[in-house]
Parts: sequence; structure tokens; C-alpha cells
Amino acid sequence: MDKRSNEPFWWALFGAGGVVAALTVPVLLLLTGIAFPLGWLPAPTHDSLYALFSHLLVRLAILVIVSLSAFHWAHRFRFTLYDGLQIKHLNAPVAFICYGSAIAFTVFAAVSLYTF
Amino acid sequence: MTETDINTTIEEVATIELEVFRYRPEKASAPSFDTFTVPLHDEWVLLDALNHIKDEIDGSLSYRWSCRMGVCGSCGMMANGEAVLTCAAFLKDYAPGPIRIEPLANFPVARDLIVGMDDFMEKLNRVKPWVINENGKSVEEGEYLQTPEELDDYVQYTMCINCMLCYSACPIYGMEPSFIGPAALALAQRYNLDLRDHGNEERMDILSSDEGIWQCTFVGECSEVCPKHVDPAGAIQRYKVEATNNWWKSKLMPWSN
Amino acid sequence: MSYGRYKKYHPLLYRPRHPILWWIKKWAYTRFILREMTSLAVMFYAIVLVLYVNAVAKGPEAFAAFSEWLASPLSITLHSVAFCFAVFHSYTWFNLAPKAMVIRVGKKKIPGSAIMAANYAMWAAVSVALYWVFTTI
Repeated sequence: MDKRSNEPFWWALFGAGGVVAALTVPVLLLLTGIAFPLGWLPAPTHDSLYALFSHLLVRLAILVIVSLSAFHWAHRFRFTLYDGLQIKHLNAPVAFICYGSAIAFTVFAAVSLYTF
Repeated sequence: MTETDINTTIEEVATIELEVFRYRPEKASAPSFDTFTVPLHDEWVLLDALNHIKDEIDGSLSYRWSCRMGVCGSCGMMANGEAVLTCAAFLKDYAPGPIRIEPLANFPVARDLIVGMDDFMEKLNRVKPWVINENGKSVEEGEYLQTPEELDDYVQYTMCINCMLCYSACPIYGMEPSFIGPAALALAQRYNLDLRDHGNEERMDILSSDEGIWQCTFVGECSEVCPKHVDPAGAIQRYKVEATNNWWKSKLMPWSN
Repeated sequence: MSYGRYKKYHPLLYRPRHPILWWIKKWAYTRFILREMTSLAVMFYAIVLVLYVNAVAKGPEAFAAFSEWLASPLSITLHSVAFCFAVFHSYTWFNLAPKAMVIRVGKKKIPGSAIMAANYAMWAAVSVALYWVFTTI
């Protein structure tokens, strides 16, 4: 008798994370990781960034972005390991490591963003 | 009657080599490759070449074929590692060759280019590919009426000719034979999206199981090789969205049933 | 006549093993694995972003140190590679999204190209908005 899988839970997070990451990561990465450090654009000062991140809503948005990105990675990487290394028989440990990492990271991000 | 000396010019017909997979279990337990040289005619397809080999060179070559025009789905094989219908692949597109002909990937080989189809047939049946309608109309009550838009919703998925090329192209099926597979899932969608059918809930147990859509990682090769443009990959992704909505609704609003 | 292991009229099926490096054999498969690998770039940046905000929270010295690391060759290289993968993720995601969503308005089906265009428009809008936020503060 086939049982309905609980994959939809993780797939929904994967999908949401995929959309959020697709929309926000390229420009944010380009700015904070390449353009500002290399001086292509004038980098924001510490004070202005501090003022920006002091808004709870901004930090909440960042939490949503990074957390969903992590769950997107977890689900996708889990299946990449199955497909690439053919270790589907190690289903339980792989899933635990992937989703566990994403959950741990979310907790870490939530705590560090809350205690700004 | 005088004998006229007719100067016949023998046309130089170009040729092409085929390296054909051979497996004859009664002769040897390991497979091998035989090389055949066939004429390279402009209008010949791979199936013509195979028929030429069987007729003129080696009658022991075994393979499946039937309609030779791309509607029966019998002649699927691998040509240079790509799953094709041999009746639809022109020899000249592979020139100068050689062309490597192998049986459909991801299936057990019974003999030469013939694969075992049992698993595929079982999966087709498993998804309940028939109209499920308990309150069916009797014949006297007349036909079910459908608008062209309603037909348009699922007609693409009716085009499947069960050629199994999609299963050969799917690396997931290759690694995990329990995966229900593209054609069976597209066939299920053909019925799910047909308004005469009310079997969505019933099929969801099978389709949304661990052997169903959740094995698929949207490689997309199944849709690439499909000779009938059924787009099974799209069918599966659409169903993932539907199954996910259904799952979340059942958890967040369990009273709505 | 003896046939060895083969029993007459009983199929002795040959089952080839699926190669571990199946994704090297065909470019379409390699492209698929590269697409899936983009998730690593996404995770990389998620971690960096949290550390970035952390550095801002800790004060000007910590932020200066972190900014120095961001300007290091290692960081620039990692970020450049990650940027390529992140853009590849966005590109493949928006191109594939219409396959999963078939939307109807009344009687007509919205063509996939329209959904794709809407996705790209949203991507442009969000990018411009975020650029504006970070360069005008």
C-alpha cells in the first residue's frame, strides 16, 4: 500500500528558498562580496549599515532570505548526493545531516540577528 | 538479336559503419559488439540499416520494430548514447559514423537489442490509467461533453506512444529502478487533468509516494528525448506543486476534506 | 545441445551497472549537476551574509576586519565563483518555473514566456531596489 510521502514539507521550503535566492542573492553577493570590497562602488560606512540593520524588519527580511536559502540548499544538496554519489541507501543519515544543518543554521542566524 | 554492349556505370554508394551490441546468452554470457557496413542512402533511417543487416548480412540480429513511422513506439534504441526511435533517426545525420547501436539504457537486455519491458508495463498499470468516475453516466444518458479548452488541458499527455525513451534518458530511473518514471506519471496526469475523471485522491497515494514524483529531480532529459513532445518532466513538476498544496492544506486545514 | 548457463526458452537477462560517473557522459547531465551545485553558492552566501551582519553588530573594528577579509584574494575568488553559480541558479530557476505553474485566466492559458518575462522583471526590480538600499544609506 503506497503511503503519501512527507516530502512536500521539504519541497515547499526548497521552492520558496529557490525563489528568494534567485531574486536576492546575485545582487547582494555582487554588492557586498565584490563591488564594495573592490571599490567599484563606494562602500557603505559602518554607521550607515548599523542604522540599516537596527530596523527589526530589515533583520527579519535577512533571516527569511538566509534561512530559506539554507533549506533550499539542504533539499537540493541531499538529492545531489543521491544522484551524484548514488548513496540513496544512506537516506536517513544524509537527510539528517542536510536538514539538520539548515535547522541549526537557522537557529544560529535567528539568535545572532535578534541579539543585534 | 544482337547483343548490345551496355556500358553500365556502377555508382559508388557511400557506406557507413554500425557497431551493434550483441548479446546471445546461449552462446556467451558476456555481450559483445559486431561491426557492420551498410549503404549510406539519403532517405535511410537507422531501422533501414538494421533491416539491411538482418536481410543481407546477419540474420541472427534480433530487435523490435513495427510501424516504421514513429507511432507504435517499438523501435527505441540507443544510437551513440542517445535514446532514439530508429525509424526516425536518419543515417546521414550520423555520417561519417561509426554509429554505436545499443539496447535502450536502464532496462535489462534479453537478447541483442531487445529489452525486458515488464517493469515498465507494471508501472503504467500501477497509476490507474483509466477514467475513475463512480457516478458514471449510463449510455442512454449521453456522452460527457468537454470544451476544447478542457481537452487542451490534458491532450498533450495523451500523445504518449509508450516507447520508453524517457526511461532510458532518466538517470534517476537508471539508479533507482523503483522510481515510477516519466511516462507512467505523465499518463496519470492525463487522467488527473481530464474533467471526466474523479480519481485524483486515489492516484495521489501512489503518485505522491516515495517511489513516485518525489524521486524526480527535474533533470528534464525525459522531455528532451520524447518523440511526441509529451513533456513528462513538466507533468511531474505540475503534480509536485499540486501534491504540495494538497499536503499543506491537509496539515494546516485538516477540517477541509 | 548444451547451452552452458543458459536454459533454453528462459531469458537470462543482462543487467549493466549504472556508472557512478554517469553525469560526465552527456553534457545535458553535466549541466544538470552544475545546476544542482548552485545550491552550494546560495548556502555560501547565506553564511557570509549572517557573518556580515554579525560583524556590523560587533562594532567598527570587527566590521573593518571583516571588510578586510572580504577584500582578500581568497574571498574575491570565492565570491566570484559563487556569483557565477548564483546567476546560473536564477537563470535556470526562472526558465524552469513556467513548467511547474500552468495558470489560466478565464479560458486562456498564460503562455510560459509571459511567466518567464514576469519572473525576470521581478528579478530586475528586486535587484534595483536592493542596489538602491545599499548605495544610498
